[in-house]
Amino acid sequence: MAAEEGKVDPMHQFTIEPLLGSNGWELAGFNIAFTNSAMWMAITTVLLTIFVAGGMKRELVPGRWQMMVETFTGFIDDMLEANIGKAGRKYVPYIFSLFMFILFANILGLLPLGVIGLHPFTFTSHFTVTGVLAIISFAIVLVVGFWKHGLKFFTLFVPHGTPLAMIPVIFPIELISFLVRPFSLALRLFVAMMAGHVLLKVLSSFVIDGTNAGAGFAALVGVPSFILMVGISALEILVAGIQAYVFALLTSLYINDAENLH
Amino acid sequence: MPQIAQIMETYSSQIFWLLVTFGFVFFVVGRGMVPRVMDTVSQRDSQIAGDLAAAQAARDKADDEEEAWRKRENENRAQAQAVIAKAKADAAAKSEKKLAAAQKRIDTKLEKADVEIAEARYAAMTEVESVAAEAAQDIVKQLAGVKVTAANAKSAVKKAMTNV
Repeated sequence: MAAEEGKVDPMHQFTIEPLLGSNGWELAGFNIAFTNSAMWMAITTVLLTIFVAGGMKRELVPGRWQMMVETFTGFIDDMLEANIGKAGRKYVPYIFSLFMFILFANILGLLPLGVIGLHPFTFTSHFTVTGVLAIISFAIVLVVGFWKHGLKFFTLFVPHGTPLAMIPVIFPIELISFLVRPFSLALRLFVAMMAGHVLLKVLSSFVIDGTNAGAGFAALVGVPSFILMVGISALEILVAGIQAYVFALLTSLYINDAENLH
Repeated sequence: MPQIAQIMETYSSQIFWLLVTFGFVFFVVGRGMVPRVMDTVSQRDSQIAGDLAAAQAARDKADDEEEAWRKRENENRAQAQAVIAKAKADAAAKSEKKLAAAQKRIDTKLEKADVEIAEARYAAMTEVESVAAEAAQDIVKQLAGVKVTAANAKSAVKKAMTNV
C-alpha cells in the first residue's frame, strides 16, 4: 500500500496483483500471469455463462430466469433492429456478449465483497481492457465497411449534400472524428468506472478518518459522507448499466455506419 | 494511477486474459446460447401468432355458420308462415262457403214461410169478411128490416175494414 498505514488510498483498488505464474507464464515472450484482474474476468465469464445457460430451458411458457435472459436478448435485438435494421440481427451475438460482459464486470466490481474480506476488482476501469474491447468494435466496423462497400466506404466521410468546394475541408474533419471513435469508446467506459470507484473510496476515507478523529468530526464529516456514499453507490449501479448500454449502443451505431453508410 | 504505472508489466496479461475470457463469452455464450434463446422467443412468437390466427379462423367459421343457420331459420319461418296463411285462407274460404249455403237455405225457408203466412192471412181475411158481411146483413135486417144484398154488404164491410 502506497499510503500510510490506516489510510485509504483511493487508487490502490486499481492495482493489478499477480496471483499465479507471475514469472513463469509467458506466451511468445509476453508475460501472461494470472492476475486478480484476470480472475475477475474469469468470474464474470463464469457467472455470465451460468446466467445465460439458465435461460436455455426453451420452455414455451418461460420461467423467471428464462424470462430475464430473454428480456436481455430481446433488448439487444430491438436495439440492433432500431439502429441497423434487419441486417442488424447478425450482430446480436457480438453486441450481446459485449453488453453483458461489460454489465456483469461493472456490477461485480461494485459488489460490497470487501465486507467478507474479498477485494472486488473492476477490470473495466483499466483502459487496457476497455481499449481492447473498443478496438475489437472498431475493427468490426472497418471490416464490415470495407467488405460491404469497398472503397465506397470512404464516402462515409463526405455527408450528403456537401458542396464540392467543402469536400477537402469536411473529409479530414469526418475522418478524424471517425478515427477518434475507438478512443472515445474506450476512455468513456474507463473514466466513468474509475471516477465512480475513486469517489466512493475518497468518501469512505472521509467516513473512516472523520470517525477516528472524534465525535464532532464524525457527526460533521463522517455521517454526511456516509449518506452521500449510499446515494453515490446507487448512482454507480445506474452508471454501471448505462455505461454498458452506451458502449453497446455506440458500437451498434458505428456498425450501422459501416452497414448502411449514410 | 496503477493503470498507467503498471501498464508495462501488465498490458500483455490484461490483453491475453481479456481475449480468452471475452472470446469464450462471444463464442460459447454469444454464438452458442443466444441464438437458441432467441430461437425460443421467435418460436413462441410464431406459436402465439399461429394460435391467434387459428382462433380468428374458428371465430370466422362460427360467424359464417351462425349466418347460414340464421338464413335457414328465416327461410323455415317464412315457409311456416306461408303454410299457416294458406291454411287460414283455406279455412276462411270453406267457412264462407258453408255460411253462404246455410244462408241460402235459411232464405228459402223464410221465403216459403212468408208466402205461407201471406196465404194464411188472406184466407183468414176472406173468412172474416164473409163472416162480417153475413153479420152485417143480419144486423141490418133485424134493425132496419131492410134486405141488403150480399154484394153490397161485402163492399161495405170491405170499406170499413180498410179503416181498421
